[in-house]
Amino acid sequence: MAAEPALRVLIVDDEAPARNRLRDLLADCALKMPLELAGEAANGRQALDMLPACEADVVLLDIRMPEIDGIEVAQHIQKLDDPPAVIFTTAYDAYALKAFEVHAIDYLLKPIRLGRLSEALARARSVAPLRLDVLREMKPDARSHLSVNERGRIHLIPIGEIVFLKAELKYVTVRTAAREFLLEESLSRLEQEFSARFVRIHRNCLVAKEAIRGFERATDPDGEGHWVVVLNGVAEKLDVSRRQQHIVRELGRIL
Amino acid sequence: MPNFRNLGILLRILIIVDGICLAAALLKTTEPLTLVEELIDVSAVVQPILILSLLVLAAASDWLHRLRYWHAIAALIVLELALTTAVYFFNLYMLGAAGSLVRYCVFTLLMTGVLIGYFDLRGRALSPALTEARLQALQARIRPHFLFNSINAVLSLMRQEPRRAEQALEDLADLFRVLMADNRQLTPVAREVDLAKQYLSIEELRLGERLRVEWDVAHMPVDALIPPLVLQPLLENAVYHGIEPRTEPGTINIRISREGDGIHLNLRNPYRPDGKHHAGNRMALANIRERLALHFDAEAGIKTIATDDTYEVRIVIPYMKAGA
Repeated sequence: MAAEPALRVLIVDDEAPARNRLRDLLADCALKMPLELAGEAANGRQALDMLPACEADVVLLDIRMPEIDGIEVAQHIQKLDDPPAVIFTTAYDAYALKAFEVHAIDYLLKPIRLGRLSEALARARSVAPLRLDVLREMKPDARSHLSVNERGRIHLIPIGEIVFLKAELKYVTVRTAAREFLLEESLSRLEQEFSARFVRIHRNCLVAKEAIRGFERATDPDGEGHWVVVLNGVAEKLDVSRRQQHIVRELGRIL
Repeated sequence: MPNFRNLGILLRILIIVDGICLAAALLKTTEPLTLVEELIDVSAVVQPILILSLLVLAAASDWLHRLRYWHAIAALIVLELALTTAVYFFNLYMLGAAGSLVRYCVFTLLMTGVLIGYFDLRGRALSPALTEARLQALQARIRPHFLFNSINAVLSLMRQEPRRAEQALEDLADLFRVLMADNRQLTPVAREVDLAKQYLSIEELRLGERLRVEWDVAHMPVDALIPPLVLQPLLENAVYHGIEPRTEPGTINIRISREGDGIHLNLRNPYRPDGKHHAGNRMALANIRERLALHFDAEAGIKTIATDDTYEVRIVIPYMKAGA
């Protein structure tokens, strides 16, 4: 029987001592099973940057981290072509632990015991992948970033930079001042998740309230008039549908 | 003034009044059969007044509680006399039962007096205990999050830097010694500052460069007394809400000074108002606010000021010297 290839592990934790501790424990585990350290990341963004290249099989992912927390990182990881197994680590998070138990998601409690770590790693290859709906349920508040898979890499788009979201056939176009991305998510789900930030101006379009400079009248070819949104940072003007006309009055920035 | 809607209070009144009636009946006779008769006679007079009183008092409880103590006592006596008179005339016209009104009234007054005295004593016996119990319950509690992360950080030091691990465990032990001690007495502000520094050195272990602290305590009156564990829970909040959610380093400013008769403790941390993680903060603040009120009543104050990117807590405590 051929020897199994070494399990490559990526450590993600914002606290340096916690990463050191995990590294020590992994070194101990490596005496019993073939293991390799694929890398260490100090936050979620770093982890997502490293993942495609470091070919990790398992990610040890801290939950409470600045900017993008572990649960959200796990959501973005699922966009990878061949996502690694995720084992969450946490010092104390009653809410998440309950959800882990319910959905049989693997987790390690800090301080982490050598025995528990090696058990979790031993079954890492065989666990079922994380389900997005479960992760969403665990973190019902809106994500801080959207993510798209571009040529195998995860690109993070901060929610604050998005000017508008527009549904086209199969995709949603995400428009920032700099460029646009194609996202495979449903517009109505995005509307629900980010209702505090975006307003629907058309059946197929959500606009960031902050990005709206004002409203203008435009004339249709048949002579009828309708409202369009003038945006900050993007030259394109967007049509307001007849059904959504009331937002012109509600936001009240007629140019 | 007891709460007349409390079942325990009502039960106490019933037992005391009926107990006295039983005692009175026992004095008059020893014969079991006549004793029952005596009791029935006494009850015919006492029970209607007693039951009616309890009903009326339960109804008027809110109103009585709004009055000052002595006004409420006066109102209570007037109410009782009125009820007694009403029952007397009811008995006189409806049942033809006689007896003198004065006897009825004196009986009611005596009973009312005994009960007022009893509840007054009971209230005195209980209230300091309540304050003590509240202070005990309000003892600062540390976040489990901090405990487990700290132990994890110490474990990470054990192999490479055993000496720093030792120091960290010592700091942790000191911190928990204070947290678990009886914290009802005031403590010198200098001791509180030492404790806060020990706490921050443990946090620095975990957070490294991300945590920066600026102390401005040059004009701190070192002998001033403050309630223990006022500073540490606020610093814990500052770290949890101000430093941990940031990737870039953040600074916590602490200023302690004396201005006139007051000790001012100001604590400022960076903060991003995102509407999340507020419950723990409010709990710590409410806890400190209540402890300040129990120690200093209205003389101490705590307020919070949130701007776009900072969060500040300001506490004023009356200046009291140690040993004074």
